[in-house]
Amino acid sequence: MLEIKNLHATVDGKEVLKGLNLSVKAGEVHAIMGPNGSGKSTLSKVLAGHPSYEVTSGEVKYEINFQMKNLLELEPEVRAKEGIFLAFQYPIEVPGVNNLTFLRTSFNSIVEHHGSEPMNEEDFKKFVIKKMKIVSMNEDFLDRAVNVGFSGGEKKRNEILQMAVLAPRLALLDETDSGLDIDALRIVAEGVNKLRKKDNAIVLVTHYQRLLEYIKPDFVHVLSKGKIIKSGDSSLALKLEKEGYDWLN
Amino acid sequence: MDNKRNSLQQDYKYGFTTDIETESMPKGLNENVIGLISKKKNEPEWLLEYRLKAFRHWQKMICPQWAKVHYDPIDFQEISYYSAPKKKSEGPQSLQDLDPELLKTFEKLGISLNEQKRISGVAVDFVFDSVSLGTTHQEELDKAGVVFCSISEAVHKYPELVRKYFGTVVPFSDNYYAALNAAVFTDGSFCYIPKGVRCPVDLSTYFRINAKDTGQFERTLLVADEGSYVNYLEGCTAPQRDENQLHAAVVELIAHENAEIKYSTVQNWYTGDKEGRGGIYNFVTKRGKCVGKRSKISWTQVESGSSITWKYPSVILQGDESEGSFYSVALTHDRMQADTGTKMIHIGKNTKSTIISKGISTGHSSNTYRGLVKIMPGAENARNYSQCDSMLVGHDSGAHTFPSIEVKNKTAQIEHEASTSRISEDQIFYLQSRGLSMEQSISMLVNGFCKDVFKQLPLEFSVEAVKLIEMKLENSVG
Repeated sequence: MLEIKNLHATVDGKEVLKGLNLSVKAGEVHAIMGPNGSGKSTLSKVLAGHPSYEVTSGEVKYEINFQMKNLLELEPEVRAKEGIFLAFQYPIEVPGVNNLTFLRTSFNSIVEHHGSEPMNEEDFKKFVIKKMKIVSMNEDFLDRAVNVGFSGGEKKRNEILQMAVLAPRLALLDETDSGLDIDALRIVAEGVNKLRKKDNAIVLVTHYQRLLEYIKPDFVHVLSKGKIIKSGDSSLALKLEKEGYDWLN
Repeated sequence: MDNKRNSLQQDYKYGFTTDIETESMPKGLNENVIGLISKKKNEPEWLLEYRLKAFRHWQKMICPQWAKVHYDPIDFQEISYYSAPKKKSEGPQSLQDLDPELLKTFEKLGISLNEQKRISGVAVDFVFDSVSLGTTHQEELDKAGVVFCSISEAVHKYPELVRKYFGTVVPFSDNYYAALNAAVFTDGSFCYIPKGVRCPVDLSTYFRINAKDTGQFERTLLVADEGSYVNYLEGCTAPQRDENQLHAAVVELIAHENAEIKYSTVQNWYTGDKEGRGGIYNFVTKRGKCVGKRSKISWTQVESGSSITWKYPSVILQGDESEGSFYSVALTHDRMQADTGTKMIHIGKNTKSTIISKGISTGHSSNTYRGLVKIMPGAENARNYSQCDSMLVGHDSGAHTFPSIEVKNKTAQIEHEASTSRISEDQIFYLQSRGLSMEQSISMLVNGFCKDVFKQLPLEFSVEAVKLIEMKLENSVG
């Protein structure tokens, strides 16, 4: 469902991705690993359409209605409506907007794009409360402003809750494990595992192997200096954990 | 993209004019004109004298320059001080007897004068140019003993009440525009809530400027007697014209012991065009006096119109344990200039005031908060909390805050918080990545920013305010 060919991208005039290739099919979980500054976060932001990142060459095709379309020409909200979801490394605070309103606005804009009726507040609330169990969040979070005053772990869980509600076809998890203690990590990872289905795909961007103890990827890729320099199965992650990245260079 | 262009063209949906026969005075201001206005209204001698005194005082005053707004000097001789739709017949009229063109105008503004279709639960007084066209819900109000009529009518029907309170909160010597208003005011609303009465419906005045080259100078006087309660709403619109028009109103509120007045405004006067041509100069003096113990006055305003706004709804906290509050959202776009805020004057013991001000500036506009919290020597244990937040959208707009605090009693507790923020690219991206468009994202961020003020508005008004802000933002952000 996702085909990336020879992708080059810059941020603030500096080239960060330098010819990246990646192919993701439905039902797969890919882990992108690599040292700091290798371009991992850039990749997820480029795919979601962050305006600060400029694609200078290469192509990204994404399957919409059984056709491979040029993803790069779509506005970020259109990408979201077509099933791409980015779980942020640093979720953004939205003061004054409560979580329930935010989730419902988001959910309804996506379902309406697909020609379905928007859900009313009452039904939506029931629906969300069910989803909240996946990440062990209590209902109080619905009345709180989005991410405002949330702890690091709560913010990450809130991202996974959004993912559960919006049911994306392609989920990009950007360093979702960073800053989590072991309990929060387990909750988040279990949440992700429950959302793993044969018709959706997940790309995990992570610095550490520890997340992969809970979410078993089908493929592991090593990103270095803006390119994927090695790909393998989950055993590659273990090797990286033991030996670091140096042996690859 | 196309949608954005369309919405630009329908910028201001209230910009139409009503084609109607009017009776206007020629342009110019002098004692004769004031005499004519007074005669037209068949006013008692004291009121004419009051007007003339105010006029003579005004002539000695100079136009205030301290506000952070810029405009060419106003030629007060180029304004007509009276314009009214011609009456079909003499004698009292009911709202149903109005010219159909006028009725259509109010339908277009979304207000139905038709008694069957009228807004339920809200009694409305309509002020069109210089005159009040009438008030709805009279029967219901009569039953409760609530007086709600035009000020011209009140001068005749309730002379003692008017004379007792008129000009006691805002004397004509208060400031330049208050003096001008006192000299030439033509109409406005009067209301009196008797002791112990909780007003059965919300009261509302809708101001509409229609005639060209005319100024609107209305006067509102609202008295809440002991233990009474009233919720008052005010809305304003004007046609789109290339010339500036002056609106200089005075609003006085008086709250006796244990009375509570909530006064809300959604101000949507014409703002002028993208280059700043035309628009209303909104120079308004609004002040409330908490005369009695434990009385409460609260001002809530959504200021989204006018090319220049100069307005400081204030509260004098005279009664012990009285409370004043000011909740404000001011949105400026294109070339608009707003200088708005409040004064809280603590005189009584254990008085309390709250100020929440949210300014949003977009385009090339300038948005200023100016406030004064004053604790007088006798105001033991006075408390104030102020929060002034500014939000900048784009890179060409300006936000300014001028808070003053004067404390003459050391038992006072004052808290002041202020912030300036910009909507960040990351915030917009976050919302877009959840399927919201750029416009939806910005309006969600702005609504979140204004939430503490919007929740103070009555429900219908708050829905309207949110829509208004969204529409304005759609047009000014791109």
